[in-house]
Amino acid sequence: MLDQALELHPKVALRREPFGALAYHYDTRRLVFLKHPDVVRVVESLERHDSVADTLSACDIDPARWASFDRALTSLYESEMLHERATTG
Amino acid sequence: MSVQPLVDQLKGGLDAPICLTWELTYACNLDCVHCLSSSGRRDPRELTTDEAKAVLDELHELQVFYINIGGGEPMIRRDFFELLEYSIELGIGVKFSTNGAFIDADNAHRLAAMDYLDIQISLDGTDAPTNDAVRGAGSYDTAIAAMDHLRAAGFEDFKISVVVTRHNVDQLDEFKALADEYGATLRITRLRPSGRGADSWHDLHPTQAQQRQIYEWLLAKGDDVLTGDSFFHLNALGDSSPESQLSGLNMCGAGRVVCLIDPIGDVYACPFVIHDQFHAGSVRDQGGFTSVWRESQLFTELREPQSAGACSSCGSFDACQGGCMAAKFFVGIPLDGPDPECVDGHGDEAVEAAIAAAANGETVVPTPSMDHSKPQRVAVALTRR
Repeated sequence: MLDQALELHPKVALRREPFGALAYHYDTRRLVFLKHPDVVRVVESLERHDSVADTLSACDIDPARWASFDRALTSLYESEMLHERATTG
Repeated sequence: MSVQPLVDQLKGGLDAPICLTWELTYACNLDCVHCLSSSGRRDPRELTTDEAKAVLDELHELQVFYINIGGGEPMIRRDFFELLEYSIELGIGVKFSTNGAFIDADNAHRLAAMDYLDIQISLDGTDAPTNDAVRGAGSYDTAIAAMDHLRAAGFEDFKISVVVTRHNVDQLDEFKALADEYGATLRITRLRPSGRGADSWHDLHPTQAQQRQIYEWLLAKGDDVLTGDSFFHLNALGDSSPESQLSGLNMCGAGRVVCLIDPIGDVYACPFVIHDQFHAGSVRDQGGFTSVWRESQLFTELREPQSAGACSSCGSFDACQGGCMAAKFFVGIPLDGPDPECVDGHGDEAVEAAIAAAANGETVVPTPSMDHSKPQRVAVALTRR
């Protein structure tokens, strides 16, 4: 997942909460929990970077935590909260 | 990632509810014996259209993703479609529960054209005798006619919403087949002794053997069945393995992630506790719903760690969390006592003790604070022990 360009699905809304955020998909009616504020920061930044790895770097995520972010983002991708974005260039 | 476990975070409350139920009216064409809101007659203090829109504006500000609308029968309100459209335009999805009486061909087409809308048709039996015994004569045919209209209008994936009772528990497979036939989703929820349900609960609630039956059915066939996470007390039947636990949030969400706005704007901790003790405030108060949600004394208390009480020495506490507050409350069990349907068998003793204490005059079993039942209601042939 690290080399892919992802973004929040346009039908997904995020709501900040003390633990991180809630994400709600208006089409699938699925509600998921983003269980850490850093995950929220990364998810919100995805659209501004060409890959997940670039996003993690830009968000100053310690490389030791990349594997867990990879898992979290993969799970969000599988539940359609994130989708692939065509890169320009 | 060293954050508190999610369930602990949720127990401490959120900035806004995840699951907000809004009963739009106490008026209803039916007179179901287990009605959680004792509905029947409209309350003259009902929120006006403008007040209701102001609440929706507030929920939009709070980023509430969707609301669960019920009643009474919400479609009785003349401004029902106006409020529905207003909510959806604000990006607040709507799930509404209805008995189907007002879903004719025209309304079905109108509903089918809307996005972010879910409809739950209430049905408590797969045949008229089973359903109508609880929901009233003709209500089975009414619900089926509404389902036919929705299907004909191309409304995809509506829900068939079932309150599981002693009398329909053997029909779970048939309910699932009915839902499949209509391209619908089955939703089953737990009967609570709330509203008129306080009078019928002793005769309707599933037996101990049936509790296990529900648990096993959900484990085997519940993957695409909705439950509103209402059966979490059954998790005590499992062991510590994840596959023995029902999916969903295993906790009481009252005042933490869930609340109720009633037709006159009063805010309660959950839809099943319309009683002064669980009344947090009103959307008509200064500061509106937001203040009630964030600052009311009741909700603040509910978000503090709760005592396991009589259940603290029980090995199943982690699995069932002591069960449902509303179910205890309206049968007279202390809130830190066992769930009346405790699957480890502590519920029956607790119910008996509550009945004995009330009979001796030591306690009073709480009754719902409001009753909008129709006066001409014929007493149901159910006995209150």
